[in-house]
Amino acid sequence: MTHADFRALHLRGMSRDFGLLNALKGVDLTVERGEFIALLGPSGCGKSTALNCLAGLLPLTAGSIWLDDKRIDRLGPEDRGFGMVFQNYALFPHMNVRRNIGFGLRMQRRVKAEIDAKVEEAIRLVRLGAQAEKLPGQISGGQQQRVAIARAIVVEPPLVLMDEPLSNLDAKLRLEMRAEIRRIHNLLGCATIYVTHDQDEALSLADRIVVLRDGQVRQIGTPEVLYARPAHADVAEFMGYRNVLPARAMRDGGIVRVSVGQATFAGTLVDDVNDGPALAAIRPEDLTPRDGGPLAANVRTAEYRGRDFYGVAVTADGTELFFRAEHRVATGETLHLGADASRVLVYAA
Amino acid sequence: MSDRVPLSVRLSQRGLDGVTLLALPALLFVIALFVYPFLYGLVLSFKPKVGGLFANYVTFFSDPFLYSTIGKTLWLAVPVTLLNVALSVPVALRVRLMRRQRLLTTILVIPITLGTVLVAEGMLNYLGPRGWLNRFLLEFGLSSSPVRLIHNYWGVFLSLVITGFPFTFLLTLSYVTGIDPSLEQAGAMLGARARQRFNEILLPLLVPGLIVTFCLSFVQAFSVFPSAVLLGAPAGDTRVISVAAYTAAFEDYDYSMASAIAMIMAFVQVAIVVALLGAQKLVYRGPAGGGKG
Repeated sequence: MTHADFRALHLRGMSRDFGLLNALKGVDLTVERGEFIALLGPSGCGKSTALNCLAGLLPLTAGSIWLDDKRIDRLGPEDRGFGMVFQNYALFPHMNVRRNIGFGLRMQRRVKAEIDAKVEEAIRLVRLGAQAEKLPGQISGGQQQRVAIARAIVVEPPLVLMDEPLSNLDAKLRLEMRAEIRRIHNLLGCATIYVTHDQDEALSLADRIVVLRDGQVRQIGTPEVLYARPAHADVAEFMGYRNVLPARAMRDGGIVRVSVGQATFAGTLVDDVNDGPALAAIRPEDLTPRDGGPLAANVRTAEYRGRDFYGVAVTADGTELFFRAEHRVATGETLHLGADASRVLVYAA
Repeated sequence: MSDRVPLSVRLSQRGLDGVTLLALPALLFVIALFVYPFLYGLVLSFKPKVGGLFANYVTFFSDPFLYSTIGKTLWLAVPVTLLNVALSVPVALRVRLMRRQRLLTTILVIPITLGTVLVAEGMLNYLGPRGWLNRFLLEFGLSSSPVRLIHNYWGVFLSLVITGFPFTFLLTLSYVTGIDPSLEQAGAMLGARARQRFNEILLPLLVPGLIVTFCLSFVQAFSVFPSAVLLGAPAGDTRVISVAAYTAAFEDYDYSMASAIAMIMAFVQVAIVVALLGAQKLVYRGPAGGGKG
């Protein structure tokens, strides 16, 4: 399948108010052809609003959307020609799998032979040959998901929008469908915007991740950059830096030393921090017991996760620390925790 | 015998337990007020004043003044119900999207609470030969003679629309709001225009509900009595079947004949409802949601 030609989709100051509530405040973004973008953020951050605005299901209150040099934000959803995979799949319950997938092509009044051929190809692509004549109510959630994807891509849209498509599936199926979505994207290469609140999904699927918070873009970057170097403390917290500790920063040549309570250790500057109050962000997996570890803390809970133990320890001043240990630790035991300087990110407070 | 599941447990697994007893008053009520009168009427209809077992039925179907009432009633009830159902769909589709749904629903439902007689009185005042409408038409030269809208077919028709529509509308609204809005959105995303979304997605999902709505509204319209007498021509065009039954019972004092007419009336209604519900089996009747139920 070849997908409708375009070079880039531009969002310029895309905004949406609901009365006094600004759900989306001036989002700027450029999506290149064939790119897989994840819109990541906590619930209520505006990511679904953004997707609905792109789809044309919600009008913008300010800003514009451009497909190359064609302005599309005033067009209705039926005139944009984007594909969409809904969170609840939104399959037509009275049509069998084949008719569901062929719906878009029928609306375009393609000739029957062409529709049949394309639907057949799409059914093969999502591996639903045996289910083609069944109604949506007669197939499993994972299969419904495949139908929803096939229905969205069979019309060869320039852009596919996905609204938390895996959130209704169980953990095993979610991993399976994640790989499936990536496989189909690699095969077809259609630009995709994928909304999720699950950082693992975003990291594993996307070429670039857009982190939204309170209706604003907080950071845009590759999964590697977002994982290793979140630009803000709140993004870090969302990306799995569960320890965000109030600290005092002291610059010392090229490095920075941070004090948390009584402990002082080296860190890496992310923001341009002056000496004084700061935030130190550390992933639980990087905070481990070690000789001379500066943070002394009592183990409160620890659970075995296969290779390692993950747990919560409390310092003398009551700060909770999420840590990793390679050996079994006992509740009440005092650990000396520390992290490598490169794994301690220091942000302005 | 100790390893046998006790009877009470086996019964409760089939949905029969102490709580089931709560259905008893309702059951007694139905028997006393519906089943017994029905059976009594059925038996009574076979005991005519004169003649054999089926004399009443023979009389009914050989007297055009009597058997024509079936056609006259259908000629009122079917078009009125079709019109009400057809009108209720677009209104319900619009109301579904409204914020002040409750206000509009209240306004539309008021005719139900007024009752047929009050509506009839209003229509007599507004639409009669000396009513506001005709005075307006004559005054402004829009009509040379008064337009006859009461004491004929159209009077009954209008009153059935006014009193029947809210009921039909409320039923339709509940079916319309039962359709997941994301289905229409999915249709739009796939390029379907409003008309196509209606024809391809909404209507097929609505049809089973519309059939039930039609049946319930039809039964109401079929048993029309007050407006046929007050607003119609009860000796002519709108001599509906309930008028015939009333005449037999309270003017001829022939309860046996009246029962026979009531039985025929019930049979016609049941026949039509059964036929429609049978047709319902031919269309999709599953859930109207888009995702995993």
